[in-house]
Amino acid sequence: MKYKAELIAGTVILTFAIIFLVTNAAIQQNLGEGEEAWGGADGQAAELIESGGYEPWVAPIWEPPSGEIESLFFSLQAAIGALIIGYFFGYYRGRQKPAE
Amino acid sequence: MHIMEGFLPSPWWQIWFLIAIPFLVLGFYQLKRLFAEKREAIPLLAVAGAFVFVLSSLKLPSVTGSCSHPTGTGLSAILFGPFVTSILALIVLIYQAIFLAHGGLTTLGANVFSMGIAGPVVAYFLYQAGKKISLNTFVNVFIAATIADLFTYIVTAGQLALAFPAAEGGILTSFYAFLVIFAITQVPLAIIEGVIIALVFKYIIDVRPDILVSLNVLSQNAVNRIKEAAT
Repeated sequence: MKYKAELIAGTVILTFAIIFLVTNAAIQQNLGEGEEAWGGADGQAAELIESGGYEPWVAPIWEPPSGEIESLFFSLQAAIGALIIGYFFGYYRGRQKPAE
Repeated sequence: MHIMEGFLPSPWWQIWFLIAIPFLVLGFYQLKRLFAEKREAIPLLAVAGAFVFVLSSLKLPSVTGSCSHPTGTGLSAILFGPFVTSILALIVLIYQAIFLAHGGLTTLGANVFSMGIAGPVVAYFLYQAGKKISLNTFVNVFIAATIADLFTYIVTAGQLALAFPAAEGGILTSFYAFLVIFAITQVPLAIIEGVIIALVFKYIIDVRPDILVSLNVLSQNAVNRIKEAAT
């Protein structure tokens, strides 16, 4: 089958999307006021370390001043990557000899 | 898998730099050779690097109620080997450390080791082993990329455990605690990453199988077999 790989990939992603929706519903119900679910794992590790009384010995030289600006840089990162991938795949495909 | 700025005390951050540097130097030389000898593979290198860029920018929710991101290094490890991949990971990690305060410059050595060296080494050897026993190429790529992603996070948990052994129970107890945070969240994401990389692999075989043959990633026979099965 020609699109077998695409189908498998789609199914896997869809499965996890459904699992996410179900767990999210459960988590949101049990969430107290002011609490926020779906934080980053990196941050959780940092909290665990700080709970042991550790103080980070240097701070980042620059921090995005708000969540919006942080997401700007994340999207920028994804956009740069996607642009390069799309460009070269398009280039390769365009150079292919037309199917007879 | 980012260890945040300042979260590795002396001497650990220096140790991880010292371990990472030889890989980066070797990667630099391999990259130079690639640029001189296999110019046709350079666009593919750009794609592999861009792939790390895209995947590591996507913070995905996992089943555990927290978010983490895939690494995307499996593709480049399979195509170009772990040394070249360590350079690509370095570029991404510097970007994230400087612009996003995500990870950090002092923890760069440790982060390069987990994302750019440990994971890719696993991906590379798993792929080569799978090739030897002529496992289906896509299954092979999927397994290599998934395990590599997962291994990256296991290594991060190990790095933090070494630096922060629990007061009771020592390194193993804290390794387990970090593993719960990182590795379990990562399982679904690793599977998604593996599937996506296998899919991209299919497209590369579609457009430029000759480069894969010249990089010794696939034999001409394997390419022919895949092409036949597709039609």
